[in-house]
Amino acid sequence: MMSDSAEQPRSVGRLITAKRGRSKLHWSDVFSYVYLGLGVLLMFAPVVWLALSSFKTPAGLLEFPPTLLPLGQISVEVPGYDDPLLMFSTTMEDGSVRELAQVRRIGIVATMLDPNDPDQTFSVPITQNEPIREVRMAWENYSGPLERFNFMSYLWNSVIVTTAATIVTLLINSMAAYGLSIYEFRGRNAIMLFVIGTLMIPITVILVPMYLVVTSMGMVNSLWAVILPGAATPTGVFLLRQYMLTIPKDLIEAARMDKASEWQIYWRVVMPLALPAIAVLAIFSIMWRWNEFLWPLIVLSRSEVYTLQVGLNAFQGELNVQWHYILAMTVVTLIPVVLVFAFLQKFITTGIASSGMK
Amino acid sequence: MTEIRLKQVRKAYGDVEVIHGIDLVAESGEFVVFVGPSGCGKSTLLRIIAGLEEVTSGEVEIDGVVVNDIAASDRGLAMVFQSYALYPHMSVYKNMAFGLENTKMPKAEINQQVRDAAALLQITELLDRRPKALSGGQRQRVAIGRAIVRNPKAFLFDEPLSNLDAELRVTMRKELAALHAKIGGTMIYVTHDQTEAMTLADKIVVLQGGNVEQIGKPLDLYNTPSNAFVAGFIGSPRMNLLSAQAERSEQGGIDLVSGTHRIALPELAGIAPGDKVTCGIRPEHITITHQDSADLTVTVEFAEQLGGETYLYCSGGGVADLTVHHMGQLNKQKGDTLHLALDRSQMHVFGADGAAIVNGIY
Repeated sequence: MMSDSAEQPRSVGRLITAKRGRSKLHWSDVFSYVYLGLGVLLMFAPVVWLALSSFKTPAGLLEFPPTLLPLGQISVEVPGYDDPLLMFSTTMEDGSVRELAQVRRIGIVATMLDPNDPDQTFSVPITQNEPIREVRMAWENYSGPLERFNFMSYLWNSVIVTTAATIVTLLINSMAAYGLSIYEFRGRNAIMLFVIGTLMIPITVILVPMYLVVTSMGMVNSLWAVILPGAATPTGVFLLRQYMLTIPKDLIEAARMDKASEWQIYWRVVMPLALPAIAVLAIFSIMWRWNEFLWPLIVLSRSEVYTLQVGLNAFQGELNVQWHYILAMTVVTLIPVVLVFAFLQKFITTGIASSGMK
Repeated sequence: MTEIRLKQVRKAYGDVEVIHGIDLVAESGEFVVFVGPSGCGKSTLLRIIAGLEEVTSGEVEIDGVVVNDIAASDRGLAMVFQSYALYPHMSVYKNMAFGLENTKMPKAEINQQVRDAAALLQITELLDRRPKALSGGQRQRVAIGRAIVRNPKAFLFDEPLSNLDAELRVTMRKELAALHAKIGGTMIYVTHDQTEAMTLADKIVVLQGGNVEQIGKPLDLYNTPSNAFVAGFIGSPRMNLLSAQAERSEQGGIDLVSGTHRIALPELAGIAPGDKVTCGIRPEHITITHQDSADLTVTVEFAEQLGGETYLYCSGGGVADLTVHHMGQLNKQKGDTLHLALDRSQMHVFGADGAAIVNGIY
């Protein structure tokens, strides 16, 4: 391992052409690349498809056979016509191929003209017409919901919920972890087991009682209804507590000798030292809250308080699913999580390694 | 100035009692060293004084006030930990200021105190560093600085030098002694190293198995150990302890017979013929002589030639591991026969229960 860190950082090119030996490809190299390639395809294909499709028009989405890239038909302005005319690649009767603009279509016959020579028109069967297309991004998939559907306020709600809930989660979970790790008292492990044990109760079981509690506290249709109930997580307590157990006892005792109050020991000694674990929990909490759907759907029924995930659901009507909006807004909701992952992935891997959870 | 007094202090973990009723006084301004082998309870005793452990029974008094129910933070003591326990996320300055900030002292005053303490310990240029970037000796100084900056009633040291290398330990030992001379203050110091105890202490408390074996000035412990344990523990290299049986000699005195050796002594109160005793003699109180006046005749097993002095490790005639110290150089090698005379005025005799019967025979 020592030699690894001493080496120059490898370039991407060398990394993806790395081989087992120095000379030629070993069969295990081939196997590894095929296996890893499949893995990449499996992981990335849906995301890539989602991102590309989010730029397709509704018609483009329903097209068969489906295209990978978002395509749009080229159109031209021709003097004498109010609307732009669509361009086709037309096979003429003599077998030559010309690029013509379609003036009108009646039945299976289209009237075409050459944009460079607008006076001459041709009548061709539409089977001879092949649309000329280019990659075209349907940005309106993004701008539409953000402008018309109040999506900005959903986004804002999601940000508030995620931030507030993460802060509350970190605060109370770290306090519980502090109590269960720094103090030694009879029944400490029993309490920890009890906390961990709550992991076995699925949310569906407590959904109704939780809803009743939230209702009786008058929190329905306020963001607090989403923020508070999930703030105390057994996972978080467990993760932080295990980490705090590794903080040397001497430090706590030194702080006691230094006349620090319990609050100061917690806030100024233990919290800074538990920062790696807190970062992990923060990442988890952000991902949990951002992606949360079922609980917000239940307690939030007015559209002003919708979070992103609930808002997305609104595009899915009983009769009509607005796929282009769903896809585009899904991309929007993915961006923060992707950013969190990209910048904090080092912490995430340590977190998964130390807690066995993801 | 602070006096710390322990009265019949006992400590038990569950059913296991580790401190068996200790009475002790650390006078104001005194440098008291707790010394003993590992597991003797010396660190536990220190932590009891600090307030980090509760006593099972007995009383701890600081300046005449019973502090059993006073929390560690309110006892006004400062402690230096074996691991130094510096806060890794704070700079040296912050480490030293932390205790003062907790007392709501004004910032300017804190700054003054920290800088004074840093100057005293010559760590001013380290104030902005993190503990990670310090060497062992520097961390040690910072830990001491953190203690003195608070101007505590008394200082508690828990094996503070044991993580340092030998050379640094000697240097820090001298500095600690100088520090005590400069700032005064009651200091209680725990160590397992008898050299540290001898060099630093005004008063040594020798502990073993949760009991006090002896309390006294370093040289008193050296010269008049009250039992075989203290005799063996204090002094380096160890005192030679020969188990022997007392027999009436033909001249009317007492002979101590150990293996084939016969050590003639005058009549002594407390030793009767037939008693099993332990004869103690320090390596430096054995002289090499000729056959006629020899108490012991042994063979050299191993010789350490240090130039200025010579240590000979010998055995023979039923005696194993006899250490002889000789000032200057001596041309002896493995296998050589030695005739040894024991200095009676420096000889100790311990009874079967380990208690000293005589320390020095005249």
